[in-house]
Amino acid sequence: MGELRLMKGNEAMAEAAIRAGMDAYFGYPITPQSEVLEYLTREAYNRTQCAILQAESEVASINMVYGAAGAGARVMTSSSSPGISLMQEGISYIAGAELPCLLVNINRGGPGLGTIQPSQGDYFQSVKGGGHGDYRLIVLAPATVQEMADFVQDGWDLADKYRNPVLILADGALGQMMEKVELREQLDRSKRPIPAWATTGKTRNREHNVITSLFIQPEEMEQVNLRLQEKYKLIEQNEIRVQEINTDDADFIIVAYGLSARIGRKVMELLRGEGHKVGLIRPITLWPYPSETIAKAAEHVKGFLSLEMNAGQMVEDVRLAVNGRCPVGHYGRMGGIIPSPEEVVDVIKDMYSKINH
Amino acid sequence: MEKSIQEIEHHYDEMNIVCERPATLLDARMHYCPGCGHGVAHRIIMEVVDELGIQEQTVGVAPVGCSVFAYHYMNIDMQEAAHGRATAVATGIKRCYPDKYVFTYQGDGDLAAIGTAETIHSVNRGENMLIVFINNAIYGMTGGQMAPTTLINQKTSTTPYGRQQEVMGNPLKITEMLAMLPGAFYVTRQAVNTPVNVRRAKKAILNGFNWQKLNKGTCFVEIVSNCPTNWGMKPVESNKWLEENLLPFFPLGDIKVPSKEDIEHA
Ligand SMILES: Cc1ncc(C[n+]2csc(CCOP(=O)(O)OP(=O)(O)O)c2C)c(N)n1
Repeated sequence: MGELRLMKGNEAMAEAAIRAGMDAYFGYPITPQSEVLEYLTREAYNRTQCAILQAESEVASINMVYGAAGAGARVMTSSSSPGISLMQEGISYIAGAELPCLLVNINRGGPGLGTIQPSQGDYFQSVKGGGHGDYRLIVLAPATVQEMADFVQDGWDLADKYRNPVLILADGALGQMMEKVELREQLDRSKRPIPAWATTGKTRNREHNVITSLFIQPEEMEQVNLRLQEKYKLIEQNEIRVQEINTDDADFIIVAYGLSARIGRKVMELLRGEGHKVGLIRPITLWPYPSETIAKAAEHVKGFLSLEMNAGQMVEDVRLAVNGRCPVGHYGRMGGIIPSPEEVVDVIKDMYSKINH
Repeated sequence: MEKSIQEIEHHYDEMNIVCERPATLLDARMHYCPGCGHGVAHRIIMEVVDELGIQEQTVGVAPVGCSVFAYHYMNIDMQEAAHGRATAVATGIKRCYPDKYVFTYQGDGDLAAIGTAETIHSVNRGENMLIVFINNAIYGMTGGQMAPTTLINQKTSTTPYGRQQEVMGNPLKITEMLAMLPGAFYVTRQAVNTPVNVRRAKKAILNGFNWQKLNKGTCFVEIVSNCPTNWGMKPVESNKWLEENLLPFFPLGDIKVPSKEDIEHA
């Protein structure tokens, strides 16, 4: 068993990053995730001699990530909603140049400067392409501090496997809450092989390496896009992660990710206590999305509720998966309000009565 | 038997090489317009890389601008960067590989408009890299719009009546600004409009690469250059215009030089 600690989500992520053999971190402070940079500046260099730098902006951080990733480093940045918005051009370049790296968004309420309280308002931005062009991020949605830590190394491994940026999408509550976490072993930075395509200096026995997302001939640009789409298909085939609870006998299913899934689970328990056969589907990868799981469940349930801390974003993907087979409702609170289980219970009871009517 | 002209030339080439392509400059036809300074600037950078024998340790960064395809010509590992972000990208590389030679190659729009923040902060941190700044007082790649370095009354496609100070502000002497920062180790302004200036510019670039080894801060080489196409001039005319208009405002020479003790060990 690994070392057990009581930690904040943000700090657990930072600790996991050090242990996963991170080579570099570039970031700019923003609530509610500044602990990541604070923890790393305190801990990381002393332990593994990796590069930690507070950049002058998120625009700079993401482009530092681009440079380091292009040179083959295990690199990450973290931010919260407005900062992630500022990074979008860089993220698109990273996706276009196919650079593996880890991004973290500790989602806060928006739009605009919004609030520092937790939100899931960045779902669209994360899974539908926040920047320009046809690209995808692999998006991991932790629901516990344990997963915040675990998804750091898992995220980098996925990024390396597909040469694709990976985003951990959590929220301010998960970043700030303390839970027990089991930490993985320290990986040796020097043991990770540097990819052959990285710009580490042209040696005699190879052509020069070039990192670029520029393919000015449309024929070539289309081929690059087709290759990217092939890669995305492969990711969809191999990397979907989803948790199902009580879906076998369910006649109604709550779909929720991250913090909302924890509330959804409580709602499910309350309703089961009253004899309602409610199940929970928790997408862990938001892209690739577990559409199949939802489609299968749609064969035997009477309705779905997409529970989100936003105005109704993921519900679009639930509806696409359900494809009209049964009603799909949405319930969400915005602006940093976390819905209470009781109010969601009422919403579902209301849906039940309409469905049974 | 008499030799053909080609044979004679070939023989001549082999026996008396006066000038040849640097080994690290790829044998490709450059896309630059006739008379443009980018080609010469590329060449002198690669001559320096050859002469220092650092091809294997050098990583270049070329952001969006006319020279975005620098990697088609420079036979070294390179990264293309988003418009304005070259020094951030280079910081990412250099922080992970402090022993490599890292340089950026940026236009005036890139370095002194959209990327001003990255430029200032990279130099202020004293990133141990060489920044090559090609100042042609115009946006070349996008077809000749006003640049931060466009002169007062200079006509561009977005200052059709000439740059008006009241509306568009003043041409930015970012090189002088950067020289004020403690992180700047060596700051100089050069040009490639005459053979003498080309030699001086090459020496500056040599210094810029060489002094990276000292880990004492950023080396910054501005090259005042031309853009015959977007200035609407013939190449020779453009060099004359450069001399008569740009150089009085952007005077050539060293702006910040390291002390003797600083470079003792280079
Ligand atoms: C975010 C962004 N904005 C605008 C552009 C369009 N653009 C490409 S190059 C350029 C200016 C180039 O001028 P400069 O940096 O001076 O280099 P030059 O082409 O003159 O060598 C602009 C505005 C872009 N590619 N990206």
